[in-house]
Amino acid sequence: MNLRFGFPQPLLSFALLLVWLMLAGASAGNAVLGLILAWLLPLFTRAFWPDNPAIRKPWKLAAYALRVIADIVVASVIVARLVLSFRRSPRSAFVCYPLTLEHPLGITMLASTISLTPGTVSADVSNDHKMLLIHALDVTDDQALIDGIHKRYEKPLLELFQ
Amino acid sequence: MIAFALSLTIALVSLAVALNIYRLVRGPDAPDRILALDTLYINAIALILLFGMILGTRLYLEAALLIAVMGFVGTVALAKYLKRGSVIE
Amino acid sequence: MTFAAELIVSILLVTGGAFALVGAIGLARFPDFFTRLHGPTKATTLGVGSIAMASIVYFFSQGQSAGVTELLIMVFLFLTAPISANILAKSAMHIKVGIMENTRGKPWDQ
Repeated sequence: MNLRFGFPQPLLSFALLLVWLMLAGASAGNAVLGLILAWLLPLFTRAFWPDNPAIRKPWKLAAYALRVIADIVVASVIVARLVLSFRRSPRSAFVCYPLTLEHPLGITMLASTISLTPGTVSADVSNDHKMLLIHALDVTDDQALIDGIHKRYEKPLLELFQ
Repeated sequence: MIAFALSLTIALVSLAVALNIYRLVRGPDAPDRILALDTLYINAIALILLFGMILGTRLYLEAALLIAVMGFVGTVALAKYLKRGSVIE
Repeated sequence: MTFAAELIVSILLVTGGAFALVGAIGLARFPDFFTRLHGPTKATTLGVGSIAMASIVYFFSQGQSAGVTELLIMVFLFLTAPISANILAKSAMHIKVGIMENTRGKPWDQ
């Protein structure tokens, strides 16, 4: 009963309601319409969401998001300095990053975070989901980069998914 | 002060658009051109936001939102076409 | 409109424009595709985010009906920028674009 008529993806439903209210303006009528949409859309698209919601501790998401936003600002300043230092060409490198996260959503979040933070873009994930290929704009010590990402981003994500 | 800041920002973003077009025309490979288009639509969103601020209306925000959605879909479709040779398999 | 609001809006606007320009310079000047990828994904996204923030503060301080469409645009851009960078990098590795000589490591293609 719960699977058929309930909210199969509570977080998705919440996000849908929130986006609907932001788009259409917050009023009582819109809230009712948004609730109906948030109930029906996940039900109709259930077949496209193979996994159960995996985030065990949604409240930890906020702390992670704040940290990532702060790092995005720092990252952009670093990249801006690299872009504007016309005299030397950057020492770029491809680095293989061994993943300890296993859930696809977790890997996606880690890859997106890596792309938005200092000097690194995640380029590809291996077919067995064990390695992440990272292109770093300006790096001399590969191991330090891997350790930094592991400590700063993968640890909090691991906590989020367990 | 805001009027000056608005004009200055429009000048900066326009310069950015010019550089993007340079990369779009020059860009040796197809991915460079797609990347230039991607940056171009993001800058177009910035220009629309600035234009709306000059006119003092929020009407154009819907257009900016639509460009954001459609531009992303377009980038993904082009990149996927490069990788697979077709968009929908 | 108060002086403080004006100051905040102006600073946000000029920062945003500067970051957008830096991203475009990075796109135009770097030697190979993978280094070019860095400018637009980070600097340009932050630039437009900053301009959207300026728009929020501007309309809010003018006392117009407060909406949050800019916030949606911002969130959407920050969500999609890494994804388009990733898929572009994948397709670039697939068709084997040129890579500058002093790059360490190798891209894989599977």
